[in-house]
Amino acid sequence: MKRELTCIICPIGCSLEVEIEDGVVKSVKGNTCIRGKKYAETECTAPMRTVTTTMKCDDGSVVPVKTDAPIPKEKMFELMEIVNNSVAHLPISVGDVIIENVFGCNIVATKNM
Amino acid sequence: MTDLVIVGSGPAGMSAAIAAYEAGIRDILILERDNRLGGILGQCIHNGFGLHRFGEELTGPEYAWRYEEKVRAMNIPFKLGTMVLDISEDKVITATNEEDGIFQIKAKAIILAMGCRERSKGALNIAGTRPAGIFSAGTAQKFVNIEGYMPGKNVVILGSGDIGLIMARRMTLEGAKVHAVCELMPYSGGLARNIEQCLNDFGIPLKLSHTVVEIHGKERLTGVTIAKVDENRRPIPETKEYITCDTLLLSVGLIPENELSKSAGVSLDRVTSGAIVDQDRQTNIEGIYACGNVLHVHDLVDYVSEEAEIAGKSAAAYIRGEKAESISVGIKTDGKIRYTVPQKITQNKDVNVYFRVSDVFRNVTVAVYKNGEKVFTKKRPKVAPGEMESVKLSCEIFSDCNELEFRLEQN
Repeated sequence: MKRELTCIICPIGCSLEVEIEDGVVKSVKGNTCIRGKKYAETECTAPMRTVTTTMKCDDGSVVPVKTDAPIPKEKMFELMEIVNNSVAHLPISVGDVIIENVFGCNIVATKNM
Repeated sequence: MTDLVIVGSGPAGMSAAIAAYEAGIRDILILERDNRLGGILGQCIHNGFGLHRFGEELTGPEYAWRYEEKVRAMNIPFKLGTMVLDISEDKVITATNEEDGIFQIKAKAIILAMGCRERSKGALNIAGTRPAGIFSAGTAQKFVNIEGYMPGKNVVILGSGDIGLIMARRMTLEGAKVHAVCELMPYSGGLARNIEQCLNDFGIPLKLSHTVVEIHGKERLTGVTIAKVDENRRPIPETKEYITCDTLLLSVGLIPENELSKSAGVSLDRVTSGAIVDQDRQTNIEGIYACGNVLHVHDLVDYVSEEAEIAGKSAAAYIRGEKAESISVGIKTDGKIRYTVPQKITQNKDVNVYFRVSDVFRNVTVAVYKNGEKVFTKKRPKVAPGEMESVKLSCEIFSDCNELEFRLEQN
């Protein structure tokens, strides 16, 4: 089976052509770097996404946060629910872990508050 | 008298300040309208910034913080909440803030780094009523990411620029339903990766060659009528379709904010709406430089920082009174290449020339002609209006000529 993808790793956005056999990636064409090949392989087997969002702080403001590693794509909305039901405590510095170990990653702050 | 005044503290302003500082200039002042440094990056909480500069994917606030940390460590002075009202041709800046009232500063050199603003609904002439619920994508982004408010629940987005795509994902993650992204052109103005991860990931339809033809609703937006457009971008009546929605986001282009540049007598390029500059990003006024989105709208902040460093370094050299032998080479384009930055070369050194194309072209060669003779070529499998291109020209090309022509040729 052939699958066409757009690589999302960097702004170049290479068009990838992936050959899949029995759920295993046999070949990747169109990538300009090794990261594109890796992306195609995970995208066709277990797609992952980094999520960025905001979280409520205890003074009513919001702090931007991100997952410090990509999480399974199908868990994005569950992660949003966890973040939206949590409150971050001020003061916060860039890189502070706000929630530990959600779907194999940490939620970290991306701004000083 | 201040050596260097920088208007704006976004990625361009901070990067220019740091470059000037590193080139030995200490008497610097940054003027910033907002109450924090960083410019628009503060609300761009998504990742994808800094891959070129830092080799890692940062969010907007993180990218800005890398520069703010340096500005603070270098003790470069800045004034927040400060609005520049006027810049005169002899480099007197009139500004105002709560603390100082209205004040004037005379500068040896000025770097314009005011960024750009979004094209508004008024520029689009959409028929219908004028209800609440219509926002520029950037305004919605500020509401959601800075203020923590959702502007609506059922959304249509007009324009497929990157901010529109990013907001489609952002609103979806926060629980809104994005019904469609309509794009007037037959191609998207956004990056391919954003169509993939912001639309396709969530099953949001991208309707190319479509536009919003009517707005409905009295107090609040109740829906929009969209239609397909023909090759002359005129709506086809029989393709009209009504979409119920409470929010319309506009992502229909960015315009460099050059009111101050005009008052200073800076000549603007009609295509970029930014200043006409040389390889140092110096405008037609000696000692006034421009960089970042006020000069031309960039796709990637990494390139903004790079350009601002050129301006900062060059301003430092100007302040120190360094003079290089000057030449005068203009750059002409063929229309398929819409514009170049810089638009002119005034010193004999290697130069990266950035440009944008007018349409999607495949298998093309960027050719540079000097006195009718082809002196440089670069092959590209695909070029698109949404993606800035560049070529590196070595200084030999500039000898014995006063004009270069950039052409896009089919292979």
